[in-house]
Amino acid sequence: MRDVLSPFTAWKHLFREPVTVLDPLNDRPGADRYRGFHQNDLEKCIGCGTCEVICQNAAIDMVPVSDPEDGDSGLRPMIDYGRCCWCALCVDVCMTGSLTMSNDYVWADANPDVFRFTPGVDPKPWNEEEKGYQRPGARVLASTERVHMGERTAKDRIDNFEEIVAGYTREEAMIEADRCVECGLCVATCPAHMDIPDYIKAIREQDYDKGLQLLYQTNPFSEVCGRVCTHNCETACAARHDGDPIAIRWLKRHITDEVPYERYVDLIGKPEAATGRKVAIVGSGPAGLTTAYDLARMGHKVVVYEARKSPGGMPRYGIPEYRLPYDMLDRDIDVIRAMGVEIVCNTRIGEDITMETLRADNDAVVLSIGLHLGRSTRIPGAESPDVDTAVPLLRKITDGEEVPVPEKLVVIGGGNVAMDIARSMARLQQVKHGKVGVTVTALESFDHFLADADEVRESREEGIEIFDARGPQEIVTFKSGKRKGRVKGLRTWLCDSIFDDQGRFNPHYDESDELVHPADMVIEAIGQAADVSILGKDLTEALEWTRGRIRVDVDGQTSEPWLWSAGDCVNGPDVVHAVADGHRVAQSINAMLAAKEEAAT
Amino acid sequence: MFKIEPDRSQYPAHNPDGSCDIDLSSGKYVKIWHGPNHPGITGNMSLELTICGDEVVEGRTRVGYLHRGFEKLMERRTFIQVFPIVCRVCVPEPDLNEYCYAAAIEELAGIEVPDYANWMRTLILEMGRFNSYMMYLGGQSGSLGMGVIGQWTTYVRDLMLDRFEELTGARVYHMFILPGGVRDVLPDGFAARMEETLKTAERYLDDVDKVMFQNAVFNKRTRGVGYIDPALFDSYGVTGPTARAGGATTDVRRDAPYLKYDELDFEPVTGTDSDIWARADVRRRDTRLSIDLIRQILVKMQKPGEYFAKIPNVLHWKIPYGETYIRGESSRGEYGYYLVTDGTGYPRRINVRGPSYTHAMALLERLIVNTNISDVGALMVSLHTYPPEIER
Repeated sequence: MRDVLSPFTAWKHLFREPVTVLDPLNDRPGADRYRGFHQNDLEKCIGCGTCEVICQNAAIDMVPVSDPEDGDSGLRPMIDYGRCCWCALCVDVCMTGSLTMSNDYVWADANPDVFRFTPGVDPKPWNEEEKGYQRPGARVLASTERVHMGERTAKDRIDNFEEIVAGYTREEAMIEADRCVECGLCVATCPAHMDIPDYIKAIREQDYDKGLQLLYQTNPFSEVCGRVCTHNCETACAARHDGDPIAIRWLKRHITDEVPYERYVDLIGKPEAATGRKVAIVGSGPAGLTTAYDLARMGHKVVVYEARKSPGGMPRYGIPEYRLPYDMLDRDIDVIRAMGVEIVCNTRIGEDITMETLRADNDAVVLSIGLHLGRSTRIPGAESPDVDTAVPLLRKITDGEEVPVPEKLVVIGGGNVAMDIARSMARLQQVKHGKVGVTVTALESFDHFLADADEVRESREEGIEIFDARGPQEIVTFKSGKRKGRVKGLRTWLCDSIFDDQGRFNPHYDESDELVHPADMVIEAIGQAADVSILGKDLTEALEWTRGRIRVDVDGQTSEPWLWSAGDCVNGPDVVHAVADGHRVAQSINAMLAAKEEAAT
Repeated sequence: MFKIEPDRSQYPAHNPDGSCDIDLSSGKYVKIWHGPNHPGITGNMSLELTICGDEVVEGRTRVGYLHRGFEKLMERRTFIQVFPIVCRVCVPEPDLNEYCYAAAIEELAGIEVPDYANWMRTLILEMGRFNSYMMYLGGQSGSLGMGVIGQWTTYVRDLMLDRFEELTGARVYHMFILPGGVRDVLPDGFAARMEETLKTAERYLDDVDKVMFQNAVFNKRTRGVGYIDPALFDSYGVTGPTARAGGATTDVRRDAPYLKYDELDFEPVTGTDSDIWARADVRRRDTRLSIDLIRQILVKMQKPGEYFAKIPNVLHWKIPYGETYIRGESSRGEYGYYLVTDGTGYPRRINVRGPSYTHAMALLERLIVNTNISDVGALMVSLHTYPPEIER
């Protein structure tokens, strides 16, 4: 009987409130972390395309939205809601955290085409919605922390010029290489367009031979760049937006560390058959030698003329050996020689051989003479014998020449060259006096500092004092006595702004904030200039100039049809730009030679 | 105890291959196509029935309406890309797929999952089990014409989906258990809202007891029907509540505790009669057990802590050579993922062991013989099978 009556208790539900939602489309917002329609913060998005890669439904396409710039491809994700499965892996993997999902989930339309849209670009009601799915914490689908590069302690390194960084082990390199998402923003930013994601992939696959081939396809100064490159790539790296950028420079160095040097030339391959064309290059820095390397590989006969006793240019004579062991530079140069490039040292143009001779004997001439003259501040006292400029001093240190090493010195300048000379002199001081007494005064504040953060950190570890936002006013000298005319110190004012409203260099000082930095020597490291005196009067007059530099077109060709110019002397300011310049000039010359060949036949 | 042994004395005997020679031209037999859209069928699947009067003489299960090739698809996806696919293998209880796959990856890649994430996973699995049973109770009663119970259980299930939504960010495919951990911590005030949901669920389950289990019609139509001989359990791969209703005590949660089940206090629910009623009864009590377990978990779970382990970059995640089988107890029985990796960035083979495959195909073909055509739907639902999981 119970089993017959019991079911009728269901009727009590007649008197209960209905459980249904009256207007579910409007009355029921999604939960706070609901994974609804996508949002994209266009300001944060860099178009790296990692969302597109991870989407297993191929629901995301990267479409052009703005012009590309360094570190931003200009592409933005377009999402096809016919394919999206709302897994939100795109949100989890997003390198900048720009891609999120709102808790909005109702979107009805008769036209199926509208369901493909570009979040952030197409106006949608949920664009401003704050609730929805966001990555709860840091990016977890790939490591955000860089593998620490081992380096010698300040105590170990301060009295010698041995290399500071140790290089990665294979295990460390694998972990670091694993962090790369292969977006390729670095390739676009690298002046030489090195194939960075692929050589990092080669590390992951432990295929170092392939890695080395990729390096030397685009950069014959890979040993050098693996140590001292200004690594613009790392400032474009997608990983830097939420964590540390990939240590691209150290990974490049790791490949060169792992491949036995004897195998380099075999791996890089032989140059093409000789064409019989001849090119002369003035200056054996990265720009000149890269041009030489490329042209030699194309089969042309290349002779490089170098005024100093060893080739290498600024990497040898400007970069201290604790950053770049010169043996490593020699390895790169020997690879270039192995391609058939002849390097003639101790030959100064204008003295040992003239530009006219070079022009007559060759199909083309390349001028890549770098910036080997130091610039002076020309403030009062700058003519004192205790005042020197950084670049000539660095050259003397490389050549082992005697340089003055006082107990206390001041460096004017805040760039990497200032750091180089400060740290080099600190080492010499440590050896001679057993202590460091170097002060660096920079015009820029630490917020806009020119030198790399690592350089600043390491300098401080080595006992160098750095004063930021200090404008040099006077090099104070002894006015009388036995040391009359000798340096006593540097007087500086606080610099509150460097550029005026029009963006011109016009520092403004606060005179009330004055400091005198005591010193026996002042080194100016505020910029360099090219030594163009070698060109001779006629050529100097024939060439077109722009702001003191030789004017060149996009291919590096000067106004003279037989003369190209590359590197710091026209394009500044670092090794990898010089390498990129070298490639450009080599391409241009090769095209000219090919046209000549065609005309002849 | 009721036992109905198939009496085939009036019909042609089975051939060794399982078929039998039925002369359809005799006029004595009719062949009907039951499904794939029949309301008594759980999902897209068909039965090819030969009947004589009201009695089923022979039944053949026909599947293939829902084949999406998951296992093959997964071999073409990177390890992280498989994560959004696995949940689709089983619609009503997707979480166990996520757990089994994640655990398999974690085992082969040597990843230690944080304790808090394991508690979260246990909670989610029990919530999923509860939802699956709600769907079953509605289906079982619906197959016997009691539509109102389905409305109640759907409502209760919807409340649990609300909890799922606030916890995981999605209602049906939660995609919350990532290889390495879970996606987030519990939202604020979750335990209180869950308690409210559980209380409502218990109230409705009391009603279900009265209207479904204390119901003469339900008892009459289910007692002794669909009897599975416990001797067949091993040969037919019968597991889970279907086996426990026949006196077996298999429950992976207790036999091979995974996640946090060894820290929870429970005994597997068993029955004795091995018929439709016994299976429904075991599941009804197992639902109550799930409610109890959810309460236990929310009490024992410690304060939010680390919920995601450090994993390699998923975009080029390679897992060394290896193979593993991870199993768990689903609402239908033993569920498992067999994963083979070969050192590349893609799974070499993923095999999903779903209880629906064994229960809905071979076992059903055997049970269906000599049942009444009107009981076929109830019998099929009582095996609690989900076709998407048959056709991976």
